[in-house]
Amino acid sequence: MLKKKRNLLAAGILLLITLMTITASWWLPANALEINSTERLFSPSGEHWFGTDHFGRDIFAQTIVAARVSLIVGVTVALIATILGTITGLIAGYYKKADFIIMRIIDGMLAFPSLLLALALVAALGGSVTNIIIALSFSFWPVMTRIVRSAVLQINSVQYIEAAKTSGISDPVILTRYLLPNVLSPIIVQGTFIFAKAILAEAALSFLGVGVEPSTPTWGNMLQEAQIYISIAPWFSIFPGIAIVLTVLALNMLGDGLRDAFDPHAKSTKKTKRRRGTKQKYAA
Amino acid sequence: MLEVKQLKTQIDTNEGVVKAVDGVSFTVEAGQTVGIVGESGSGKSVLAHSIMQLNPVPPTFYPEGEIIFEGKNLLNLSERELRKIRGNEIAMIFQDPMSSLNPVFKIGDQLVEAVLTHQKMSRQDARARAVELLTDVGIPDPERRMNDYPHQFSGGMRQRVLIAIALACNPKLLIADEPTTALDVTIQAQILELMRDIQKKYGTAIIMITHDLGVVSQMADKVLVMYSGRIVEEGSVEDIFYRPSMPYTWSLLRSLPRLDAEAHERLINIEGQPPNLVSPPKGCNFHPRCPFSTEQCLEVDPELTVRGDGHFAACILSGQEFDSEKKRMEFADKKGVPQ
Amino acid sequence: MSEALLEIRDVNMHFPIKEGVFQKTKNHVKAVNGVSLTVNKGETLGIVGESGCGKSTLARTIVGLLEPTSGDILFEGKSILDLNKKQMHGLRRDIQMVYQDPFSSLNPRMKAGDIIAAPLKAYRMTENLEQRVKELMDLVGLKAADYNKLPHQFSGGQRQRIGIARALALNPKLIICDEPVSALDVSVQAQVINLLEDLQKELDLTYVFIAHDLSVIKHIADKVAVMYLGKVMEMSDSESFYKHACHPYTNALLSAIPLTDPLKEKERQRIVLKGELPSPANPPTGCVFHTRCPFATEACKQDIPSLEAKGDAGHLVSCFYPMNVEKKSSIVNH
Repeated sequence: MLKKKRNLLAAGILLLITLMTITASWWLPANALEINSTERLFSPSGEHWFGTDHFGRDIFAQTIVAARVSLIVGVTVALIATILGTITGLIAGYYKKADFIIMRIIDGMLAFPSLLLALALVAALGGSVTNIIIALSFSFWPVMTRIVRSAVLQINSVQYIEAAKTSGISDPVILTRYLLPNVLSPIIVQGTFIFAKAILAEAALSFLGVGVEPSTPTWGNMLQEAQIYISIAPWFSIFPGIAIVLTVLALNMLGDGLRDAFDPHAKSTKKTKRRRGTKQKYAA
Repeated sequence: MLEVKQLKTQIDTNEGVVKAVDGVSFTVEAGQTVGIVGESGSGKSVLAHSIMQLNPVPPTFYPEGEIIFEGKNLLNLSERELRKIRGNEIAMIFQDPMSSLNPVFKIGDQLVEAVLTHQKMSRQDARARAVELLTDVGIPDPERRMNDYPHQFSGGMRQRVLIAIALACNPKLLIADEPTTALDVTIQAQILELMRDIQKKYGTAIIMITHDLGVVSQMADKVLVMYSGRIVEEGSVEDIFYRPSMPYTWSLLRSLPRLDAEAHERLINIEGQPPNLVSPPKGCNFHPRCPFSTEQCLEVDPELTVRGDGHFAACILSGQEFDSEKKRMEFADKKGVPQ
Repeated sequence: MSEALLEIRDVNMHFPIKEGVFQKTKNHVKAVNGVSLTVNKGETLGIVGESGCGKSTLARTIVGLLEPTSGDILFEGKSILDLNKKQMHGLRRDIQMVYQDPFSSLNPRMKAGDIIAAPLKAYRMTENLEQRVKELMDLVGLKAADYNKLPHQFSGGQRQRIGIARALALNPKLIICDEPVSALDVSVQAQVINLLEDLQKELDLTYVFIAHDLSVIKHIADKVAVMYLGKVMEMSDSESFYKHACHPYTNALLSAIPLTDPLKEKERQRIVLKGELPSPANPPTGCVFHTRCPFATEACKQDIPSLEAKGDAGHLVSCFYPMNVEKKSSIVNH
């Protein structure tokens, strides 16, 4: 029951943030993001819910608008890394020779902390939303490859794959119809985690000043600008901070929820487990 | 010594409440071997775990019944009191010997630990006792093997070690849950022989849970046949194997592949599949598969009735009716008339 | 009837044991060691042995999942080992397999009908696909209404029927049954064995039936081979096998099967083997069975007995001291 509430809460938060971001242009006052030198660093009030920044812009409006970039980066990185990781993971898990090559490359990439790798890449490519997406996708896919590969290796030894081979079913069909559907759950779960990690990484990169151009509002950029005012205008840093924490927390909760939902043991409880037990005893 | 009265064990699952054990009563006397036979899903394993109170609560619960062991109802005991009885008075061995042993400790240490938990003695004495136990269960070179880890033992040897651990404190009752199913036949023969020897030496009562009627015929004094959470027949081995009085027992015995069969002799089927415990069939649980079922079986849920001295069966057919039905069917089979 | 469909000639299957950081090959697990067998058209060869005797490995070499280290496998007189990938694909239609575990041998995310249709699709036999699948389901005793159900909605016996239907889909000539009933409930084993026998008659199939239980084999096999540590110990037609089994290991296996007759069970003489199966990485010298054999002598430790006819014609035994009929009559006759 508790888990159900948690999942609903997570989904609710994400839905709310997404909706607010998409519809922002319709209901945010047009001048909310304009520079207003008379209203600099106002604390939160009825008029400015989250206060204003050093140019007198409304922080609530900024946080909402910034969410767009963060979410776009998160979704795209999650998608690209997942697709790339799934393909390489399937191949590595299924073909022994490819496995050696792919895994050595992955091992090499995993030797760097992924954020450091992304940092180096963005520094080389230059900061823009596209480059951030490229850099982050590149540094996150090896994890996905590993997960998919280990899931495939586990299933590969299960008899229905062998049965498919003896039935003369071709490798592409085995990969897409037999392996992929059965490793989909860890992929989706890991995908949500990559989503969360990408949002965090984007914020971190922007905060460090190598991310998205400073003119584009992102949560990372806001934090970066806010850091000098942290003692006189703490709300400037607190609200984008809360936005990041909420989104990432909701994504992680959703990931956990998905993992539970996909876990066949959690679903069909004791009976199946017992039966599993009995079948193994005959393995001799 | 052990008396189970009208025990019901139910498990709350997402699909509904599973009536794993549905009103089971039986007794075990000191030094006796009671065989409980049933297919997977018949509730035999849950029953064994219920006696030891090893089912996780929840989802398991015991809405009715008593398990009386030496005058105490195990269902009312606290966890602490239970712990005293488990191992000390009642021990259990399981189907999969590997998962019952801790892989990171030496066999010797696990045995010494088992001895010390239940008996007060010095570590040195406990060690000597452990070696003695390993000798008893037929492990060659026990002194040296005390220092080995579980993975260095084969399946059969591990089961011997588990039996040694179970014997560590001289239990009065040993519950064996499919102890030989994971083993090869030749190793199974060894373990069964060992269990018989142990019983002679220690006078332990044994509850032997298995799906293998052959194992029961070799080991048991008394047999309980379980089907979908109930005991459907109870009797001595001779009763069960020579005078089965419940259609399920009879069909099951007939359907087994036999060594003394003619080559290529056709086996006799039991139609259908074992029932689902969430929504068991109305009336007699076995009626959808029973060759003798009548309309009455759809409504009447038969109780165990007396068929002889200590022989009970749950079937609405009387002994005589059942005998004539059996003869008719055996005759039809011989003539090759389809049922 | 006497035409050989499958011939296995001196097949060895050795798996390297790799150890250490550099994955050096330290030793070999000799899973199958010089096995020769012939299966005639329309008959059933039963292969019996305990776990680790190499029977499942042998099955996998026959269906082409493993390539033997040495030896030859002939199907309809042609070697299957020097086929190229395409020819192998063609051959797979003729040799199918039924697996032991009805739980893991079916893709949990595919519907029963799709599982049975998959081999047909792989060979582009998609004409009247649904009808053909329904025919197959009917043949193995499943209802057409089961077409859209997922594997977990079936019981063990029914799942095994799906597995059998899948094996039959391509009209194979040979089916390897790898312990098809040992994971099933006792009350449904007979159903599946009878089904396999009916199908054999109806479709003129040839079976290699692998089991660990000699009593199951008795009901289905025409010919029986007993394996121990990768080698064939005894092989004969079923009748002679059960009447005059003379290898000590075969007799130990027979006597280890508990009978469902308590009185005979008490009277009967048993050969309880001592010790355990030696590691197939370091098989004993001489006769591989000598470490557990109650009748072993010095000679058994040194010389390897060959598999040759003793007694009845065609009754092959690999033993220096095959048991005579009197000695074991008390064990087998019950």
